[in-house]
Amino acid sequence: MPATEQRPWNLRESYLFDRTVIAEIQRAAAEGIYDIRGFGAKRRLPHFDDLLFLGASISRYPLEGYREKCATDVVLGTRFAKKPLELKIPVTIAGMSFGALSAPAKEALGRGATEVGTSTTTGDGGMTSEEREHSKTLVYQLLPSRYGMNPDDLRRADAIEVVVGQGAKPGGGGMLLGHKISDRVAEMRSLPKGIDQRSASRHPDWTGPDDLEIKITELREITDWEKPIFVKVGATRTYYDVQLAVKAGADVIVVDGMQGGTAATQDVFIEHVGIPTLPATRIAADALQELGMHRQVQLIVSGGIRGGADVAKALALGADAVSIGTAALVAMGDNAPEHDEAYREIGSAAGFYDDYQAGLDPAGISTQDEQLAERFDPILGGRRVANYLRVLTLETQTLARACGKSHVHNLEPEDLVALTVEAAAMAKVPLAGTDWIPGR
Amino acid sequence: MAVAEREHAAVEVVDLATTSLRELNRRLHELAEAPGPRHWRVVNPSGAHAVACGLDADVEVEIDGHVGYYCAGMNKRATVRVHGNASTGVAENLMSGRVEVDGNVSQSAGATGRGGLLVVRGNASSRCGISMKGIDIVVGGSVGHMSAFMAQTGCLVVCGDAGEALGDSIYEARLYVRGSVASLGADCVEKELTDEHTAKVRGLLDAAGIDADPADFRRYGSARRLYNFHIDNAGAY
Repeated sequence: MPATEQRPWNLRESYLFDRTVIAEIQRAAAEGIYDIRGFGAKRRLPHFDDLLFLGASISRYPLEGYREKCATDVVLGTRFAKKPLELKIPVTIAGMSFGALSAPAKEALGRGATEVGTSTTTGDGGMTSEEREHSKTLVYQLLPSRYGMNPDDLRRADAIEVVVGQGAKPGGGGMLLGHKISDRVAEMRSLPKGIDQRSASRHPDWTGPDDLEIKITELREITDWEKPIFVKVGATRTYYDVQLAVKAGADVIVVDGMQGGTAATQDVFIEHVGIPTLPATRIAADALQELGMHRQVQLIVSGGIRGGADVAKALALGADAVSIGTAALVAMGDNAPEHDEAYREIGSAAGFYDDYQAGLDPAGISTQDEQLAERFDPILGGRRVANYLRVLTLETQTLARACGKSHVHNLEPEDLVALTVEAAAMAKVPLAGTDWIPGR
Repeated sequence: MAVAEREHAAVEVVDLATTSLRELNRRLHELAEAPGPRHWRVVNPSGAHAVACGLDADVEVEIDGHVGYYCAGMNKRATVRVHGNASTGVAENLMSGRVEVDGNVSQSAGATGRGGLLVVRGNASSRCGISMKGIDIVVGGSVGHMSAFMAQTGCLVVCGDAGEALGDSIYEARLYVRGSVASLGADCVEKELTDEHTAKVRGLLDAAGIDADPADFRRYGSARRLYNFHIDNAGAY
C-alpha cells in the first residue's frame, strides 16, 4: 500500500527496489514460499486505454443517441451446435469457481447475468445448484481437474467450455488453499477437507490439437450435438491457439489476456506469463479472418475489461463478445470502501485487497466461511451486477452510435487510433494523427 | 412372449460400417428415458472414437473389435464390453456401471472416473487411473508410467507390473500391485496390506473375473506429506 505520509525531499525511493519490491524480498526471506494471491496483473500494461475512437464527422455520420437503434445482441455457437446461445448483450460473466467464490456470490452472478440476458460460467469445482437455478444461460467448464464433472451437469448446461488455460496463468493449474476447502467444496471435488488443492495444468485424457478434436467430438456425442463448445485459452501463442482451436472444431474461442483475474496464483505467474489482452484480441481476430471463420466461430476476449470503452474497443478489434470476472466481483462489493476497516484488520485496504486465496474476504465474496458469506446478499449483489452490465452496454452503444454503427458488431479497427507506438503495433491501428502502423 | 420380455431378450445389432456413430449413440441415449432393447452388439467399430459414450441406462453393449478414444466415456449404469483393444481414455469419467476390455488399452484409461468398475484384461499404457475420483480399476496385465497420477479416491489393482512414478501426487486412492513397481511418484509410499485390503482386492478380482491371490499384492498410497505446502518439501513439488 503506498504511504501517504510526508517525507523529507532529500529521500529518494529506488525505482528498481521500490517499497513493494523490498517488502516482497523481505516476505520471501521470512516465509520461504512464493507469494500466492488473487486479482490479476497489477503492473502497467498496454491496454485498451491506449486506443481512441474516431467519432463521426463530415465523412461519417453518427446515429442519434437514444433515438436510433444500436443493437447489442450476440449469438454464440452458430458453427455446429443445435442450440446456440442467444444473448442480449455482448458481455458475459467469466468462469469463477464455487470454492474460490461463496455460493451466494455465484448465485448473484447468475441473477445479474440473467436479468440482463447474458450468460454466466461455472469454474474449477463443478456446477452448484444455486448458480444453475439462478442462471438462465450457464456455461459449464471442462477443466483439467475435472472436479465435479459429470454427464448430468453437461446436459443441464447451455454450453460447454473446454478450458485449456486462463490469462492469469497460462500453462499453470488451479490452486485452492486448504482453508477454503469446506465440507461442501471437499465433497464436490472428491478431496479431503482442509488440504491445499492442486489442479492439474494439463487435461488428463488429451494432449495437443488432434486429441482436442476427438475430445470435442466426445462432448458433442454425449450431449447429442446440442451444446455450443467453447475453447478457452490464456493469451500466449494466440495466433496458433486460435487456428488450432478452429481446426479442433470449436464453436466459440475464448481468449483470456494476461490481465485476467484469478482466485489464487503465484504472483510471479500473474505478472510475467502471457501477453496483454490488447494484442491478443487483434491476433485472434486476424487468425479467424485468415481462415475465413471470423463471425462463424465467435470470439470472446477477457482480461481487464472494466467499462464500456474496453468493451467497444475489443469489439472493434474483432471480438464478438467480452467476458468480465474481476469487474463483476468489484460490482458486487469486492474492495468496497464500506469494508475498509475490515480489510485493514487483515493487512490490506479497500482498493488494494487481492488475497482471494485466504478466504477471509470481509465482503463475503471470495470465501467459504459461512459467517462471512452471510454478509453478502445475493439479491442485492445480483442487482448490482445487472446494473453494471447495463452501464457497460449503454457505454458501448454510446461509442458505437458516435461512430455511426447500428450494431455494436459493426465497430471495426478503422474506427480506432492508438495513443502509443506500442498500442499501434499491437492493435494494428494507426498512431493518432498519423497513418503509421508500426510493422506495416 | 410379452413385448417387454422380447425387448429384454433381443439383441440389437448395429453395424458401424453402415450406421453412423451419431445414430448409434443417439439410439443408446434414448434408452435413458424410453424403453428399448437391453442388449446391443456393435460390429465393425474399426477404431471409431466415442463409441457408446454418455450412456445412462441399464443396458449391455458388446463391441466386436477395436475402438478409438473415449469408448464408454462418462458412462452411467450400462455395461460396455470391448472385445478388442481400446485407445486413449476408455471409460473416462466413468460414473457407474461396468466397462470391460478384453485386450490392451492406451493411455489415461479410466481417467477421472467417479464410480463403477473398469476391467482391462490386457495391459494399460501410461496414466492409467489418472486423477481417479472413486472408480475401481482392475488391470490383468501391467500399467505404464505415471499411473494413478493425482489419484483422489478409488482402487487401482494391477496384476502385472507398474511403470515409473506410480501414484505421483496421490491423494486418497488405494493402489495394489502384484508385480514390480519401477518407481513411486512424489508422496506415494508402500503401506501395510491388512485383511481389510486383501478383502477389497479379492472382491475386485472376483468382480473382474481374474484369478489371483490377493495376498500376493502390495499396497501403495499417499504419505500425505504434500497435502499442505511446506517449504521443507519444496524439492518434491
